[in-house]
Amino acid sequence: MVGVPKMNAVLDFFNAHRKGTIYSLIVLVAAYTFYFIDGVRSTTMLEFAWRFSIPLVLAALTGLIGERSGVVNIGIEGQMLTSAFTGFFVAAFTGSLIAGMFAGVLTGLAMGYFLAFVAVKWQMDQIIAGVVINIVAAGITSFFYVPGQILTQQMPRFAVPLLSDIPLIGPVFFNRGFFGLATIVIVLTLNFMLFRSRWGLRTRASGEYPQAADTAGVDVIKLRIANVSLAGLLAGTAGAYLALEAAGTFERGFTGGRGFTALAILIFGAWYPMRALAAALFFGFATALASQLQADKVVDIPQQFINILPSTLTLLVLAFAAGRVRPPAAVGAPYSKGNA
Amino acid sequence: MSSVNEAEVDSSSIGRKVWDQVVRYQSIVVPVIALVIAFSIGAILISLQGVSPMTAYQSLFRSALFSPAGLERTFEKATPLILTGLAVAVAFRVGLFNIGAQGQLLTGALASAWAGFTFTSLPGFLLVPVAILFGALAGAMWGSIAGLLKAYRGVHEVISTIMLNTIALGIIEYLISYPLQEPGQVLSRTPAIADQAKLPLFGFLPSGFFLALVSAAIIAWMLTRTTLGFRFTTVGKNKFAAIYAGIKLKHTVVLSMIFSGALAGIGGAIETLGVVHRYESGFNDGIGFDGITIALLARGNPWGTIPAAMLVAILRSGAATLQFDTGIEPEVVDLLLAITLLLVSLPIIAKAIFRDRAIKNDNVTSGWGS
Repeated sequence: MVGVPKMNAVLDFFNAHRKGTIYSLIVLVAAYTFYFIDGVRSTTMLEFAWRFSIPLVLAALTGLIGERSGVVNIGIEGQMLTSAFTGFFVAAFTGSLIAGMFAGVLTGLAMGYFLAFVAVKWQMDQIIAGVVINIVAAGITSFFYVPGQILTQQMPRFAVPLLSDIPLIGPVFFNRGFFGLATIVIVLTLNFMLFRSRWGLRTRASGEYPQAADTAGVDVIKLRIANVSLAGLLAGTAGAYLALEAAGTFERGFTGGRGFTALAILIFGAWYPMRALAAALFFGFATALASQLQADKVVDIPQQFINILPSTLTLLVLAFAAGRVRPPAAVGAPYSKGNA
Repeated sequence: MSSVNEAEVDSSSIGRKVWDQVVRYQSIVVPVIALVIAFSIGAILISLQGVSPMTAYQSLFRSALFSPAGLERTFEKATPLILTGLAVAVAFRVGLFNIGAQGQLLTGALASAWAGFTFTSLPGFLLVPVAILFGALAGAMWGSIAGLLKAYRGVHEVISTIMLNTIALGIIEYLISYPLQEPGQVLSRTPAIADQAKLPLFGFLPSGFFLALVSAAIIAWMLTRTTLGFRFTTVGKNKFAAIYAGIKLKHTVVLSMIFSGALAGIGGAIETLGVVHRYESGFNDGIGFDGITIALLARGNPWGTIPAAMLVAILRSGAATLQFDTGIEPEVVDLLLAITLLLVSLPIIAKAIFRDRAIKNDNVTSGWGS
């Protein structure tokens, strides 16, 4: 009696997400087959892939929120860079990782607001605004850079009860620092909010057809400013993660183009949060595979080629995926009332 | 009474005329004001470090402009900057934002170095043009990838050129560490180019500088006086009108990226033949990115890239001495340029001064999907 409606719910979910479910199952089966063949290697590689993916997912979501509401954000790279910078130096000077985290995340918010202000309020060319943010971020962070600072603490790890006991997935995804766990929560929440909440509907409407959203009573400009600013929080989180957890340091030009790879992931993921997560993991796994093959001396790829693998993948993915997916219709066009 | 009134009217009308001229030339006025503000902010930051800003700026400009060696260095630095500035400016005309001048410059620099140390039997008057041609072709090829991806696969040029920068750097680092490495060398660098391939100096003026000026003149002529330039500008202004007028959109996009890449490639070639004399890892850094600043400072005007490049070159050339004299990090130049860029590209100043008479910056770049 109890089992029947549950079964129906599962079937409904499966019917609604047929492709996604099938692909996920295939990936899961492949992953666990690999795990039972070589437990150590599969865990290391997945671990590598996830560490590689975390900032990319967060950065891609920054772009996703912006573009879903109609604003292109090319400045993610610069937003991450400044956040990593303040995050690291606040942590290094105060000796408190928490203070560093807050500084980094809030810097992201400020940078997000800055982009929103010039691109939405002043209707500046969104792409130029983003590129300018990147150049300015590089200039400021390299001028104020102080060499020789170190962090005295390490980010703590949390093991999520029950979930962290699952083989393979457990130790990789659920026995992590704050940022990794937060990323999973953020992806799930955003996915729900974007497609199941009033905010999500309004956001998507102002990205697709702002005139219609406006007619229906949505304040498109306010919504875009709020969304792009809040999205900056995620870029800030990505920057703080890179500086405080992943590397534990800061160098000039430290984000290394991740902000742009994230944009490719966003497009590869067709502007869906869950698919962006999958795309980022794919990037991470491809890089992990190349490094592992190199380390095992299976193939002799020069290090320089391993380094350019993410960029090459980005380009290939864009060349083959960009034509197939459709961006939000009004993305890149500034909106002003009476200027339809 | 009446004469007083007349005088007032007169003076206000003179004031109005002057103001009209100021408004008319706001594309020059705005960058100048931006520079003044940037240098003022810079002065505050410098004095926070316990150095007198006057001393710092004096040291910067003196070393860049008031010594033969400094002048030579400044013009040497300006040369590739003019070319990368032009590269970005040409693409701007077509509504493309070429962030990839850096990668195109690197491929050009390597290709010309290769020509320079391979065809050593050629006399100088042949080898120099051949090496520059190789640089231009390599840059054009690298630029055309982004153009093709844009035209036929809808990949936005900002992302593709950024990725192509990384990829170019990776491939080149591999090439100069293995197949093209100077024999018996531990550093990642190619052999030196033949002596007859090195560009001569005319006093403190490197000959490459004239080449850069000629390139600027040719591009200015091309954009304003030729059919091709008209095609570029039309596509940039309104691509639907361009299609309606029978202009082949995809060809124009690819062609503009070829031009853009070739210019950056020539910049790399001149840098190789005139300054580095081989390809070596770590040289040529940042020239392409400064090109973006230069093109935005010049508002996409080919002639404007010359003063803009000179300015950047003066700052870059004086930065090293600045550190030696005052202990201020040379990165202060990055900061000064960043603030200038911010003020020039954001409509802040124009709006504050000219209000509704400010020239509205068009949306020059194209949106996402197209």
